[in-house]
Order: sequence, then C-alpha cells, then structure tokens
Amino acid sequence: MSDTKKFMFLNRRAPYGTIHAWESLEVVLIAAAFEQEVSLMFVDDGVFELVKGQDTSEIGMKNFSPTYRTLGDYEVRHMYVDKASLEARGLTAEDLVEVEWEDWETEETVDNIVEVVDSDKVVELMEESDVVFSF
Amino acid sequence: MKFAIQVNEGPYQHQASDSAYHFTKAALEKGHECFRVFFYHDGVLNGTRLTTPPQDDRNVVNNWVELAEKYDLDLVVCVAAAQRRGIVDEGEAERNGKDATNIAPRFRISGLGQLVEAAIQCEKLVVFGD
Repeated sequence: MSDTKKFMFLNRRAPYGTIHAWESLEVVLIAAAFEQEVSLMFVDDGVFELVKGQDTSEIGMKNFSPTYRTLGDYEVRHMYVDKASLEARGLTAEDLVEVEWEDWETEETVDNIVEVVDSDKVVELMEESDVVFSF
Repeated sequence: MKFAIQVNEGPYQHQASDSAYHFTKAALEKGHECFRVFFYHDGVLNGTRLTTPPQDDRNVVNNWVELAEKYDLDLVVCVAAAQRRGIVDEGEAERNGKDATNIAPRFRISGLGQLVEAAIQCEKLVVFGD
C-alpha cells in the first residue's frame, strides 16, 4: 500500500439524530493511521456537527463534539464547510469550532483548518478526491 | 475494474443490501473483481445467520453467503458497529462474555482499517445506503 489517495469524508447529517456523524468520525480516526490525504466536507445538516458549545447532557448521548477539535492531531489537513448549507441554517463561521493543525516534522502550524467554501469549490474538491466516503 | 463495496443499511428495512448484492453479483459475472464487501452502520445486521424471512421472500443474508461461496468473496463486518448491534462471533463472545454467537458463515468481524484498506486497494468504492 505505497500509494497515497485523496480521501474526502462527506458529512451530511446532524450530529445526534442518527449515528452517521459519530461512525463517520470513527473511520476518519482510523484513516489517519493509513497515511492518506484526508479532508472532511460538511454539507446540509452536517454543518451542525461543527457548531461549538454543544451540550448533550439532557438527551443521554455521548458528546463527541470535542473530538473534531483534535482532528488536526490526526493529520486531517482540511475541514471544509459548505457556505450555502451554513447560511440556510442561520449559522456563520463564528458559530463553528476552530481546529488547530501542526506538522510534526516541519513544525508548520495553521490556527484553524476549518474553511467555509462556496458551492463551486465544494464540487471542485469533490471531483479532485479519489475516494468520497459519504455519511 | 477492481471494486470495493460498502453496505450501510440493514436487510429488509432498506433496499441497499439487495442493491449491493445485485451490483456485486453482476460485476463478478462480468469478470470484474471485488476486493471486499464491508458492512458498516446498520449494514452489520446483514451478517447474522439467525435471520428468518418468510419462505416466499428472498433471504438477503443467504444471498450474500452463497455469493461469497461461489466467488470467494471477503465479507467483513465492522467490529465497533457489530458490538453496538449485537453481531457476535466466537472471538467476540469470548472477549465480551456473551453466551451466544450469531455471525453468518463466510462473514468475518474485523476493524475499520479493512474499509480504509479496501478504499486504497480498489479502483472504485461503491457505497450503498442513504
């Protein structure tokens, strides 16, 4: 397995209505171990996965929201958010968690790898990907 | 073409597993290769041998088993998803102190690394489910 592929994880669902968001994250964490080029894309209700200040104490579900903030440590380099999906839900970039990234070898750092992109860019990024995991 | 297949839905509630089965069967009959079929989310429920549909209905689980026997298919059930949903083989029963197993023949329980590896090795990963 010498070749590196571009993996995109397409997240389309709200974090707690179904298990898709959580089981998507589990694949992301494993994929990092395979040294692939991993990016995440959040569209439709998937943008809710990144909303900060989540509190699940009243619904008896595990709050996995803090896991997103650690993705930079799992060699996830890009987390894209579809602008139209965000706006349609009355959200802005300010409502989303920030995810820091650091290259362990070069010590290059990026303060926040969460990036809001327009629909044309979403299409472009999807087309560039070798594999799209849709959740 | 070398395919990998991902099934994300359980049998009967959703047509995804049937569609994945028909796709895989057709691809194999045309001489294509299937690197692995990976069952995730409720898709792991396709891997129980205890499924008992009415006699005049198709048996989704047995369809997979028979296809696997004919083409030596690798049918892999995600371990984390399986543990949540009660799909158990001998090893899992022992590890987790369960009094029974239900894994269907030809299916095996393994990790998500098997899905990632399949995505790397195949030319196309085809995902079935909503």
